Amino acid sequence: MPQIAQILETYASQFFWMLLVFGLLYFGIGKAMVTKIDANVDARDRKIAEDLAAAERARAEAETMVAGGSEALNAARSDAQAKAATAKAKAAKDAEVRLAKADAEISEKLSVAEAVLSKARAKAMTGIESVAAEAAADIVAKVSGAKVSAAQAATAVKAVLN
Amino acid sequence: MAGESGKIDPMHQFQIEPLAKLDLFGYDISFTNSSLFMLVVLGAIWVFMAGGMKRELVPGRWQMAVEGVTGFINNMMSASVGPEGKKYVPLVFSLFMFILFANFMGMMPIGIVPGVHTFTVTSHLTVTAVLAVLSFSTVLVVGFWKHGFHFFSLFVPHGTPWALMWLIPAIELFSFLIRPFSLALRLFVAMSAGHILMKVLAGFVINGLNAEALWVAPMVALPSFILMIGITLLELLVCAIQAYVFALLTALYINDAVNLH
Repeated sequence: MPQIAQILETYASQFFWMLLVFGLLYFGIGKAMVTKIDANVDARDRKIAEDLAAAERARAEAETMVAGGSEALNAARSDAQAKAATAKAKAAKDAEVRLAKADAEISEKLSVAEAVLSKARAKAMTGIESVAAEAAADIVAKVSGAKVSAAQAATAVKAVLN
Repeated sequence: MAGESGKIDPMHQFQIEPLAKLDLFGYDISFTNSSLFMLVVLGAIWVFMAGGMKRELVPGRWQMAVEGVTGFINNMMSASVGPEGKKYVPLVFSLFMFILFANFMGMMPIGIVPGVHTFTVTSHLTVTAVLAVLSFSTVLVVGFWKHGFHFFSLFVPHGTPWALMWLIPAIELFSFLIRPFSLALRLFVAMSAGHILMKVLAGFVINGLNAEALWVAPMVALPSFILMIGITLLELLVCAIQAYVFALLTALYINDAVNLH
């Protein structure tokens, strides 16, 4: 096995070159390059974390804006509903008032007409009575020859008519 | 690779051959094929990492791959050590990447180019020992730096009965001291054994095809080749698992040093 057979002749050379190469590797690559690469990776990780945090903030902001918007929308809607309700109530009241007024006018006209009518009827009735009384007195005079006073005839007619 | 006499030597792949003689204070620090492949591994890691260094906010494919690996180590450290684990990410990352790339580099089929052979640096005890000692000494330094002599309370787990006070710390100390050896040996043995097995099977395929008796090729070479495919896939898995195990154990040991028990 040359590793052991040659050990006495080669150990100094092996140690020397190994230490030299490892020193170059450690200081030239391990210390210098790896540290820079790690710093770069860390910077990237930090950037990603920051970007994610910024995105998260923006999302939260958008959410509050959406919430505010829907609140305003709700307020506007309830406002509109209230306005519509008052308008409706007002219209209903107006219609009622007008209806009542028209009602009153109509009933007034009605009562006036009724009064006129009843007056006319009473007048007509008295006319009929007097005519009937006269006719009755005439009939009585013609049939029996008896003279009946106008008052008597009127009373008799009234009794028959009513 | 095939030896001089057509015989296949599964150990030859681990042979260290000096490419350039170097000397430092009397120590032989020759530039070898092993050193060459350490540099190749380092270069491959650098190319991989540099491809992902654009550091864009929206990563491309390559950058995603690089960030996947660094993120994997980061997660491992924060999962096993906690927030303080971030400090040790470069160390564990370097260990993980070096072992992973060295293991995979040893599996590269560049042997099809004549005269070129891969070399698995992690199949050498001397290399895995350096990595294990780096891991272990980090644990020691961090432990004593943070907790001083209180670090020794690591060897007395919570709720140890007084009657066992003479035994438990000794066992804990032993299990602590064995860590660098287990780290180094696990990686070395896994990589060596896997490569020897692959080389032996590949030898069966090649020698079976070259055999003079005609029945040997379908009877030996073909089954070996089919088995070889499976073993290669398994070995690729082992490459990744060994790197992961080394990194994870280092993370857990650092957790001991940072948080005690």
